[in-house]
Amino acid sequence: MIDFENVSITYDGSREPVLRDVTLHVPEGELCLVVGSTGSGKSTLLGAVNGLVPHFTGGRLSGHVRVAGRDTRNHPPRELADVVGVVAQNPAATFVADTVEDELAYTMESLALPQDVMRRRVEDTLDLLGLTDLRDRSVSTLSGGQAQRVAIGAVLTAHPRVLVLDEPTSALDPAAAEDVLAAVQRLVHDLGLTVLMAEHRLERVVQHADTVLWLPGNGAPVERDEPRAIMARAPITPPIVTLGRRLGWSPLPLTVRDARQPARALRERLPATPRLAGAQSLGEVVAAVERLTVRYGPLVALREVSLSVRAGEVVALMGRNGAGKSTLLGALTGLVAPAGGTARVVAADPRTLRGRALTRHVGLVPQQPGDLLYADTVASECRTADDESGAPSGTALAALHRIAGDIDLDLHPRDLSEGQRLALALAVVLTASPPLLLLDEPTRGLDYPAKARLVAALRELAADGHGIVLATHDVELAAEVSSRTVVLADGDVVADGPSRDVVTQSPIFAPQVAKVLAPLPYLTVDDVLASLDVA
Amino acid sequence: MSRSLPPPRLLHPGAWWLWALALAFASMRTSDPLLLITIAVVAAVVVAARRGRAPWARAYGLLLKLGLLTVVVTMALQVLLGTRYPGHTLITLPSVPLPHWLGGISLGGPITGEALLNSFVTGLRLAVLLACFGAANALAHPARLVRILPAALYEVGVAVVVALTFVPQLAESVVRVRAAQRLRGRSVTGLRGLRGLLVPVLAEGLERAIMLAASMDSRGYGRRAHQPVAARRLSAAGVLLGLGGSVVGTYEIIAADGRTLGVALLCCGVGVALAAGFVAGRRTHRTRYRPDQWRWPEWLVTSCAATVAVTYALTVHDPVTTGVPLAWPTLRIAPFLATLVAALPAVLTPEVPGAETKPVAAAALQKVAA
Repeated sequence: MIDFENVSITYDGSREPVLRDVTLHVPEGELCLVVGSTGSGKSTLLGAVNGLVPHFTGGRLSGHVRVAGRDTRNHPPRELADVVGVVAQNPAATFVADTVEDELAYTMESLALPQDVMRRRVEDTLDLLGLTDLRDRSVSTLSGGQAQRVAIGAVLTAHPRVLVLDEPTSALDPAAAEDVLAAVQRLVHDLGLTVLMAEHRLERVVQHADTVLWLPGNGAPVERDEPRAIMARAPITPPIVTLGRRLGWSPLPLTVRDARQPARALRERLPATPRLAGAQSLGEVVAAVERLTVRYGPLVALREVSLSVRAGEVVALMGRNGAGKSTLLGALTGLVAPAGGTARVVAADPRTLRGRALTRHVGLVPQQPGDLLYADTVASECRTADDESGAPSGTALAALHRIAGDIDLDLHPRDLSEGQRLALALAVVLTASPPLLLLDEPTRGLDYPAKARLVAALRELAADGHGIVLATHDVELAAEVSSRTVVLADGDVVADGPSRDVVTQSPIFAPQVAKVLAPLPYLTVDDVLASLDVA
Repeated sequence: MSRSLPPPRLLHPGAWWLWALALAFASMRTSDPLLLITIAVVAAVVVAARRGRAPWARAYGLLLKLGLLTVVVTMALQVLLGTRYPGHTLITLPSVPLPHWLGGISLGGPITGEALLNSFVTGLRLAVLLACFGAANALAHPARLVRILPAALYEVGVAVVVALTFVPQLAESVVRVRAAQRLRGRSVTGLRGLRGLLVPVLAEGLERAIMLAASMDSRGYGRRAHQPVAARRLSAAGVLLGLGGSVVGTYEIIAADGRTLGVALLCCGVGVALAAGFVAGRRTHRTRYRPDQWRWPEWLVTSCAATVAVTYALTVHDPVTTGVPLAWPTLRIAPFLATLVAALPAVLTPEVPGAETKPVAAAALQKVAA
């Protein structure tokens, strides 16, 4: 269905090709997962399937890309719209019409399908993806998971034979991600669609894939094989595979269910509670929220929430999209006015703080870290941060090196990878050395190495006495780094306690290792390995 | 009111815009505060009953507020430096003589009741005009109006749609980036603040525009435009020229005395536009999902509009230059009743489908906070 024949792609202005001499064949009806670290050419490969690369992005493509027998060389993306459906990383930015129903019909209108066909297909798609209740909704009011499903539906109505998905679950909470993946699975089974999907969060998707396409990057050849074979040798693996590889389990488990069998023996060898590297000592209270209520018009975003954060603590704030996580962070930075109750950082009301006084109390890395940055180069961004916070020159740069290692200082912040941009924003925020550090959804778009660096940096910061709150959907990150978990639902705190207790009690927020080893309270691969060494 | 209404549906946007146009025409022909206020109330009633659910539906309230502001500003300007109407002096402000070449404008001086009333009516007319425009927006999203454009103007229509979605996005990212700038302890005012705001907002706007364009391309926009570029441009130019001609013709008929010229222009314009649209339509391989229908409710709305327009054209012609006497205006029955007729669509047209009251504003705010 998808054929690449000696394909090399080089963008304008760069000497090295992003993809070098790629030859591959994806047969019809296969769900192929594209795996690789940031910068390995995943997005380029996906873009080449419908000709957006190079017709839209520019650059040179040598070799041939054929989809359903059509060569992208003489078929621009619009001439492939009836064969390939592309869902971009941020679906909300790609909506063309104003209601869900019109959005679903847009591609068919372009293809000049007769009206009765359009009506039938829109109804079918609404049913297939569970969108019937949303048909008249304005696309701007959809939640992340809904927008993702509408975007998939909008390309499906054209009855394409290939579906290309770029990180379909990275912005979604675990439940919404399950919905989307279930829908994709159904399309492969029922309609025989060929799906090419890139995703960083392998723990969510690897069990759905028929094959994995592994892009090692740096010009090394692309490999396509069974998921199990690739997972056995790839450096990027989800926790359950890592566990299986470290303990030499065979066959290698890909799902929680696969791993339960070999885990039975492991559970007997493990002590009842994991041996930990030593409990951290908590300092004074750096943030206190008391009976905080926040409203947006008639909508109550937070209802009498009480919470405190101490120095040295890492609190994971979890809950589905729209549960009030970002609002709570907003209240702690003074961006959101409380309708009742108080929010204090150290001893001050953040709403009264301005300028340096604010940055020395609390730092927030927003969902889009780029919002914080505005200089032309990384170096000047760091200098500005030093000036603004009154720190000795070189502070921000030193923080950046500690978090991210080597970064080309002459790059524009917009040209950095997601992980590097996050590191830069974090370094900028840390320059003022705020006792309270907030991160909103920090792992969006991060690959495993970048995530590991973030985890190391956060642990170090907590040990230095920062109080850290991170709002996240990433249960694996929360398990790795947090000492306490707070779950919000519909503006209320529904759980608050040590992470080990909270996440093992909830199937949605439990990381893979906890699911495998339940009822033992182990959360991460490191927990298990550390306890085994001692035992 | 015993007859049952047809099932809920959105009316043809053209019908609502014609209706609003008729009310606007009426408001421009009168300087009677009673009639003006009746027009605004009628528009409000119909908007309240038949507006859509999109964020655009709040346009009426927004433009009405803007209109009230113009009333206040007009009156304030009149008090400070308006032309002086003779009549009943209310108070006398200390006056500052201005040079003669400023055209008789004076600063301060006696304030007459007539002057206040006239500036009030002038402001009110503008306010009602704005309200009519707001009502049209609230009843039918401008993007829906754009969709009924002839095929030759399709490109123009798409540009308008992209621009319409761009504005709220831009507003949202301004709020978000301002919040982030505050978090860095940076001032959000002044030139430095402006730069810190503009760079990320514009960069994001550009990125989103590129993403939207890529999405439209991969979804088949502009497919199979096999006609040569020159022919396409010619037909687009033909439609624009024709529409322009008919607008000028209409203006001639309504406002000026050149009736024959007007009618000729209008006929020629419509003819050229139709011909070019037909030629263009043959090469555009596009179909419409749920084209807007034109049935009896649309005829009802347009005949209400016609009633208003014809009645005002025949019975009302208030002089603008001589001013309004300082007296309680008597209600003129014919135009008043005609205005009330324009309120009939509020009950006689089909309801808006799925008229749930979703807190759209709250959801948008939450997004901004996030």
